[in-house]
Amino acid sequence: MSPLFGKSLSVLNVGIGSFADTVARCGGEALQLDWLPPAQGDRAACDALAAVLNHPAVEAANAEALARYLTSQPKLVGIGTAREVVPQLEERIILHAGPPIDWQRMCGPMRGAIIGAILYEGWADNAARAEQMAQAGEIVFEPCHHHAAVGPMAGIISPSMPVWIVIDAAGGGNAYCNLNEGLGKVLRFGANSAEVVARLKWMAHTLAPTLRAGLAALGEIELKPLMAQALHMGDEVHNRNSAASALLVKRLVPALLKSGAPAADVAAAIEFVAGNDHFFLNISMAACKAMLDAAHGVAGSSLVTAMARNGVEFGVRVSGLGERWFTAPAPRVDGLYFAGYSIADAAPDLGDSAITETAGLGGFAMAAAPAIVKFVGGSAQDALANTLAMTHITLARNAAFTLPALDFAGTPAGVDLRRVVDTGILPVINTGIAHREPGVGQIGAGVTHAPAECFAQALKALAAEVAG
Amino acid sequence: MYIHRVLPNLYRDSVSLMALSASLDKLPGVEQVSAVMATPANIALLHEAGLLEGEIAASPNDLLLALRGRPESALRAALEHAVAALETPIAAPPSGATRTEPVRSLQMALAHTPGANLALISVPGEYAAAEARKALQLGLNVMLFSDNVGVIDELALKRLARERGLLVMGPDCGTAIIDGVPLGFANAVRRGAVGVVGASGTGTQQVTCLVHAAGAGISQAIGTGGHDLHQDVGGISMLAGLERLARDAQTKVIVLVSKPPAPAVTKAVLAAAQRAGKPVVVNFIGAAPDALRAGKLTAARTLEEAARAAVALARGRRPPLRAAGARLPVPRLRLRAQQRYLRGLYSGGTFCFEASALLGEMLGEVWSNAPVDARWTLADPWRSRAHTLVDLGDDVFTRGRPHPMIDHRLRNERLLKEAADPEVAVLLFDVVLGYGAHPDPAAEMVPAIRKAQAIARKKRRSLAFVGFVCGTEADPQGFDRQVRALREAGVLLASSSAPAARLAASIVRGRG
Repeated sequence: MSPLFGKSLSVLNVGIGSFADTVARCGGEALQLDWLPPAQGDRAACDALAAVLNHPAVEAANAEALARYLTSQPKLVGIGTAREVVPQLEERIILHAGPPIDWQRMCGPMRGAIIGAILYEGWADNAARAEQMAQAGEIVFEPCHHHAAVGPMAGIISPSMPVWIVIDAAGGGNAYCNLNEGLGKVLRFGANSAEVVARLKWMAHTLAPTLRAGLAALGEIELKPLMAQALHMGDEVHNRNSAASALLVKRLVPALLKSGAPAADVAAAIEFVAGNDHFFLNISMAACKAMLDAAHGVAGSSLVTAMARNGVEFGVRVSGLGERWFTAPAPRVDGLYFAGYSIADAAPDLGDSAITETAGLGGFAMAAAPAIVKFVGGSAQDALANTLAMTHITLARNAAFTLPALDFAGTPAGVDLRRVVDTGILPVINTGIAHREPGVGQIGAGVTHAPAECFAQALKALAAEVAG
Repeated sequence: MYIHRVLPNLYRDSVSLMALSASLDKLPGVEQVSAVMATPANIALLHEAGLLEGEIAASPNDLLLALRGRPESALRAALEHAVAALETPIAAPPSGATRTEPVRSLQMALAHTPGANLALISVPGEYAAAEARKALQLGLNVMLFSDNVGVIDELALKRLARERGLLVMGPDCGTAIIDGVPLGFANAVRRGAVGVVGASGTGTQQVTCLVHAAGAGISQAIGTGGHDLHQDVGGISMLAGLERLARDAQTKVIVLVSKPPAPAVTKAVLAAAQRAGKPVVVNFIGAAPDALRAGKLTAARTLEEAARAAVALARGRRPPLRAAGARLPVPRLRLRAQQRYLRGLYSGGTFCFEASALLGEMLGEVWSNAPVDARWTLADPWRSRAHTLVDLGDDVFTRGRPHPMIDHRLRNERLLKEAADPEVAVLLFDVVLGYGAHPDPAAEMVPAIRKAQAIARKKRRSLAFVGFVCGTEADPQGFDRQVRALREAGVLLASSSAPAARLAASIVRGRG
């Protein structure tokens, strides 16, 4: 409570600017807001915001959710086969990125990847038959997020694929992610040629068991310290994973050599992993998923626990709003394109990898990654500005992930639905860009923002929950 | 002695850890200290350095703090200091960071200015209640200048403020002076012992200006908004303002200004005023003074009387009797038999209402778009009949147009229209100065007055122009400069609204 009288008057002026000038001229202090109606003037969202801003129940719920997120201890414990480890993976099911979507509405890359997964599983022996099966409803499609899992781009996980297993030693939850195939013609961008399927089989039959043996020899890997170190080495662990991948290889190589796995397999595995600067991305995503699932499910909390895209819609989930998704059309990405491609060739934003931003990494930790500032405007100052902007929509700073360029301030942590709507500052997302046709692959990378409508809808739902 | 602590799974780079070690080294009782990641090599080094004794259960992902010194309490304190330093990352943005985000929300603004104690809100009405609610929930007092906030929202905001011990001024609160700082439309007045709580904006402005003119000053002027004393709101803000002024040591006398409240609200406010423990002057414009005279309360019929009474009371004197106001000499004018009526064109709604009350008694039938007596409501506010007083600040006139205190065009047009009416003898008007008002009202009005005079002259009539200036010499427009310009144009200027209205009535009555 701020008393009036006797204390020097300090005014926050919302509206007519000359009122602030008068206050300042007459000996008071005045700060002029650069006010716009929140939520593009959606009156119901404005009222919902007012109802839950600084609301004691929401504040308490957020403190709980935030504490769970901050104290989570994700550990990489191994590699399993999806069917055996991912919860509720029935026989003919394929998991995909983003919020729920049916085959008819899926984007090109996702359809291509699903056809590839059907061929990989051997449920069909040609692409036409695979497409027919998908069309006919013979396959169940569900979001990775419904199964404690995440996947980059198309985010396809089918039952016999290998997945990383990350456990949260503090909260006890598990999280899963598929293995990174590298760049070029790969399933996650919708490619499904024989070469792609063959690589997936090799990953399942050779790479996964070899890495599993290496991990067994090495023991669990604490992921937060490794990611923190990678941030100090120029990664933001979404669009840049060079340092984290190198740190992982550094740990794995001696363990692989000691593991007793066949030397030829070890050599092939090391060559494959060392040749892919994004190899760590999928582990980073699983770690982030584990941290955020720890924070999910606190009644009344406005903490955002997932942001994900299926190439058609962008979806958001909130700790206090259970299993619901709040969606809006997925934006196209204003980024840098490889030679010969432009925004006209791009699929709308795609993939579960925005889980890294949800966890305060990726675009939120842009200050850590000056090497990729070209994506955000070109200067190192732009990278700092992106991170600083996110401090206005987050609840805290994450002391586990510090940013040297910001005097070792922690990364902005815990996206608060209310602050997003109130400030109009949208979560920034670093992302790769897929070609809209299946199988062409990545055609660029850049920065996009989560659509405002998702947050306005979710806020209305939260206000209803809190009032009810 | 030795002491150590393992912080599991906390990574810091070696440079940060060396800096931390160096800062711990300076703490009292610490002889030697090291902060490292607990790799086997580092643990071995600490053993060699004599900083660790025995086995340590730690992994390379853990951060290890090891200290040597005495007494133990000093080492424990140093350890806590280190843990706190590690857990509280520096959040200050580096100087020279490029683009910063515009301050969009109250919460952002509050992070920027943590000592802020008032939100002044003048956004469109449909968003105003939400902004005000946010401000209250963030612990800020509120002045809600915005209009068009529904009564349900108003009541909810005022109840919330009351629960939290905060003040809501408004909605539709045009003026306030807090700790000498003018808010919204307000005049430059000196500080002093008179506190005002006003439901009517121009009424409050007039009282503060007249208190200033009498050589006294204002402690606080609290606005409540025009709907506060309606039955459904119950005067929550006026009661809260009254209570604050009763407690405020600077305030010696309290003035309450409002249109007549609902009966139950009148009762509650007067009862609270009785308990204030200091003199209270009540001016419920248009209400019979006898109804307000209770105990130690002083009832004032007009704004000018209220101001005079307050100044006298503040100086420890008895409030002057009613008739004390100086009477202006009635000028001799060559009016034609047909010229029987006065027309008042007001920018301040309170002035119009006050004139409606006074002139109703003096002249009987006085029409208005906002009359005290509903029988005399103008059917068409755009057309005058007989004696007419128009509040040009009414929604009818301001829709899609700035307020007449800012934009004089509409009033000037009406002035010419009235001047062309052969039945009109007197034109009566207010001129409001202060922050927020037009920077030079006389410059806007004088050409129209001269044109109106020319219209009358052409028809061989003369017209009386009667007005008053609500303002002070410290206002940006300059009181004296405005008065001089209006006098030069032939305007008869009274000291305030009531004497101006009386003078106008005398002129039309004088012609019988």
